[in-house]
Amino acid sequence: MSAKNREVLLDPLFNNNPIALQVLGICSALAVTTKLEITIVMCLAVTAVLVGSNLSISLMRNKIPPSIRIIVQLTVIASLVIVTDQILKAYLFEISKQLSVFVGLIITNCIVMGRAEAYAMQNGPYSSILDALGNAAGYSVILLGTAFLRELLGSGKLFGFEVMSLVTEGGWYNPNGLMVLSPGAFFIIGFFIWAIRIWKPEQIEES
Amino acid sequence: MQFSVRYIILFSLAVCGVCAVFVSSLAVSLKEAQEVNKLLDKKKNVLMAAGLVESGESVEASVIEERFAKFEPVVIDLETGKELPDVDPTTFDQRKAKKDPERSREAPDNNAGVNRMPLQALVYKAIGEDGSLDMLVVPVEGYGLWSTLYGFLALEGDLNTVRGLAYYEHGETPGLGGEVENPRWRALWPGRKVYGSGGDPAIEVIKGVAGPPDQAPHKVDGLSGATITSRGVSNMMRFWLGEEAFGPYIQNLHQKGAA
Repeated sequence: MSAKNREVLLDPLFNNNPIALQVLGICSALAVTTKLEITIVMCLAVTAVLVGSNLSISLMRNKIPPSIRIIVQLTVIASLVIVTDQILKAYLFEISKQLSVFVGLIITNCIVMGRAEAYAMQNGPYSSILDALGNAAGYSVILLGTAFLRELLGSGKLFGFEVMSLVTEGGWYNPNGLMVLSPGAFFIIGFFIWAIRIWKPEQIEES
Repeated sequence: MQFSVRYIILFSLAVCGVCAVFVSSLAVSLKEAQEVNKLLDKKKNVLMAAGLVESGESVEASVIEERFAKFEPVVIDLETGKELPDVDPTTFDQRKAKKDPERSREAPDNNAGVNRMPLQALVYKAIGEDGSLDMLVVPVEGYGLWSTLYGFLALEGDLNTVRGLAYYEHGETPGLGGEVENPRWRALWPGRKVYGSGGDPAIEVIKGVAGPPDQAPHKVDGLSGATITSRGVSNMMRFWLGEEAFGPYIQNLHQKGAA
């Protein structure tokens, strides 16, 4: 893999993370990170949509008239999201019930359209797929980290298995109620951004 | 590159056409699997109320079907309390019926937060080996603190003793009102009596601890930190078991049992 391709794939993980640096896709990062299990499914759904949309937009990039490119991207993304949602409902019913509207809301996830507009419109299919995978991984890293902390601290569990026995069940751990509510994710993502910027000071914006 | 207007129109039509065919063909081919899931989910909720499936227990579809086999879904007319054998219970959707102005009415004044109610309802009867009624599962719904709670209440064959209660959909605060899902709270319900001596619904979620069913047959422990959700549960029990909802049907079943 050439150095450029590697950069396309790996940069979004930490150097140019869609959530931590670009602060895109925050809505779902708050909504679906209370349990690891559903977060994984959400990450897979976003990955599938992102790869599909980058690939199809990249294949059509020279055919799309610039004046209607946004709505064409949106049509493609919306179709992919509906398809993903339907597949989840057919094969992962329990989880799709918990994800409820948030699968549908991938349509409005700025990361997907951002990558189509900023990358797939200018680049070939292969590197567009790498870009999609990279950004999906960057999104997933933050989501999984958030879900790990929220499930552990909020319900004392990981993947639904009890890790810390709760006071209400006769154990010792008093769960942190903030973690199961959406604002808890804000704090955790804030801490992630802080940690990444200590590690990579060049990401700090000039004030 | 310049694109002509003709090209732009044709291009957008082509994109829409391809996407539409793609989405609709997939949706149609997956529809069957989705319907099966929905039906299974409903059966699982009924079984949970009846205490035949633990909450959080993941059970195979075949196990659900097997345990559900003894239940007979019946559509009833709420006002007269009569069973409607002509209405197919497999296609009857009570929530849809509630939204259909033709098949619903404005709910009478109640404090359970029910605004509209369907004219017909779907209940589940389990017939015992001797042919008498073993269990009746009825749907209940009502407002808690933030949200409408949807659940099933299972009654023993005497139509007075609770077999179990399970909520399958709500948006109450996790850890407080959301504890309606807690198996230990739900375990307090079986054995309680829903009707008082006068025949009116008397079951109530109180503040504090109620004690065992034989000492406090009509009372259930409140959920600490969730006074309003607890009150919502009391109110919806009284409404749905009362004269305006399942009362007439339960009366009819009693008479049939006596005859």
